[in-house]
Amino acid sequence: MTEIFGISTQALFGQLLIGLINGAFYAMLSLGLAVIFGLLNIINFAHGAQYMLGAFCAYFLLQFAGVGYWWALVIAPVVVGVTGIVIERTMLAKLYKLDHLYGLLLTFGLALIFQGVFTNYYGSSGQPYRLPEEFAGAFNLGFMYLPKYRAWVIIASLIVCGSTWFVIERTKLCSYLRAATENPAMVQAFGINVPRMITLTYGFGVALAAFAGVMAAPIYQVSPLMGANLIIVVFAVVVIGGMGSILGAVLTGFGLGIVEGLTKVFYPEASNTVIFVIMVIVLLIKPAGLFGRER
Amino acid sequence: MTEPVPALAAVPSAQPRVLVVLGVLAALLALAPFLGFYPVFLMKALCFALFACAFNLLIGFGGLLSFGHAMFLGTAGYVCAHAAKQWGLTPELAILAGTAASGLLGVIVGALAIRRQGIYFAMITLAIAQMMYFFYLQTPFTHGEDGIQSVPRGKLFGVVDLSNTLTMYYFVLVVFLLAFLLIYRIIHSPFGQVLKAIRENEPRAISLGYDAARYKLLAFILSAILAGLAGATKAIVFQLASLTDVHWTMSGEVVLMTLLGGMGTIFGPVVGAFVIISLENYLAAFGEWVTVITGAIFVVCVLAFRRGIVGELAAWWANRGH
Repeated sequence: MTEIFGISTQALFGQLLIGLINGAFYAMLSLGLAVIFGLLNIINFAHGAQYMLGAFCAYFLLQFAGVGYWWALVIAPVVVGVTGIVIERTMLAKLYKLDHLYGLLLTFGLALIFQGVFTNYYGSSGQPYRLPEEFAGAFNLGFMYLPKYRAWVIIASLIVCGSTWFVIERTKLCSYLRAATENPAMVQAFGINVPRMITLTYGFGVALAAFAGVMAAPIYQVSPLMGANLIIVVFAVVVIGGMGSILGAVLTGFGLGIVEGLTKVFYPEASNTVIFVIMVIVLLIKPAGLFGRER
Repeated sequence: MTEPVPALAAVPSAQPRVLVVLGVLAALLALAPFLGFYPVFLMKALCFALFACAFNLLIGFGGLLSFGHAMFLGTAGYVCAHAAKQWGLTPELAILAGTAASGLLGVIVGALAIRRQGIYFAMITLAIAQMMYFFYLQTPFTHGEDGIQSVPRGKLFGVVDLSNTLTMYYFVLVVFLLAFLLIYRIIHSPFGQVLKAIRENEPRAISLGYDAARYKLLAFILSAILAGLAGATKAIVFQLASLTDVHWTMSGEVVLMTLLGGMGTIFGPVVGAFVIISLENYLAAFGEWVTVITGAIFVVCVLAFRRGIVGELAAWWANRGH
């Protein structure tokens, strides 16, 4: 690393890393949205709020029960996933025969409720979440320092996305899921419990959001509105990628995170809007999205 | 669309009755300041009622759920406030400028958004609105977090002084009633009927020779213009244009007003706007619980109350005696 290039390459790689981390979260969240949309045909507006719930769950576990990060990574998704299952059984299940927009409106209302309750007790400022000790420090890559936790976020999100992709696209379960999307009545006639499958799918999608929330807790602070603005960006990611394919959602998520990071280096003013601008361009060129098919 | 949004009050025989109700409403609103209602509260409610009516034109009659309508309210507000304060335009010209800006934005956003349908349409409008939010946050003329403050109300046509609250109120009332009549006219025009046909069954409407995309785009632009009119008027009334009006929560609020009042009904959005604005007024002391209550109303409406207040009343009225 030379003096002349020192600052600029460091900034470049630093922002690239931040972009990759953001991309990991875009990927995990748009993956959950795509999984839910694939079977329920509902856009889960509460996804951002459920991501926030996951982070708060980890925060409560540490604060009040002394339960650390690793257990939170398991417990929070399960707890939030179960609330998702309750929501699906008691509310969403009543809406499947109606226009899909009602699902969007219902989950929007739920998001407002969650965010309102937490804002009421915690305000809009963030609560710090202590980094687990094994992640203190950083790897020296020669050209930059890579904090251990950030490396873990990227690896973990790749593992989660990869295994979800494998389960949904490459196992027997996937054929059931896809068949149930095409013709639920017929699949039911073969003795498969479609309503239960739908319930579990929603629970799984929600659990993914909560998992992302726990991952985010040590990096971003735990705050009631942490999911609200993120989810709108994720919607744009989903429009760009098209919800037709799981892999598409993941690739688009990471790709856009990196693009956003690069924009921060070269033209910081546009870093907030670059994803939306890309969405507009994609809509002009390929309205169905990069990986989507027009239905 | 598996189940269309219920359309009511559009039966031809109901038309004279609608006009009678509108007449009574206008008379009540004209008298309201003397019945103990605060004119400022009424003006706020009227601006939001117009905003909700504009939104309803799109969802209730076009079947298009826009989740970014705040961008039209906010854009018109900013342009109107800037025109009145920096360029010194009279209020009616400033409002026209704001409305025109919203219409222009409507042309661009509409042309993009109608390329996708249903849920995607909602997500695209939301994303573009968020982009506009960041644009207004960063661009200098809006003064960021401060907003454009102390916008002069000025003299209407250079003659009538609007700094008098009551005069201002009657100006807002006239704007609202004219816009409402225009919306009523649009809904019952051949254009409105074609729009409904497209909502019910788009492929069939296309096969009958209607250019569905063009009709949807026109509906979107009309809705943007009327939402802009509401935003521009609001900026003059409150002498303020701020980021609140372009934030996504505002887009959610107009959805809520329309849903609560009754999507696809003529008077529903007006009722919804008055209910929500009163609610916010009375619950202001409870802080964030307002958000929770708003969310709860959403959930209840979607689960049990999909026709909204006016829709339920109309259904009850139609079924009486059975």
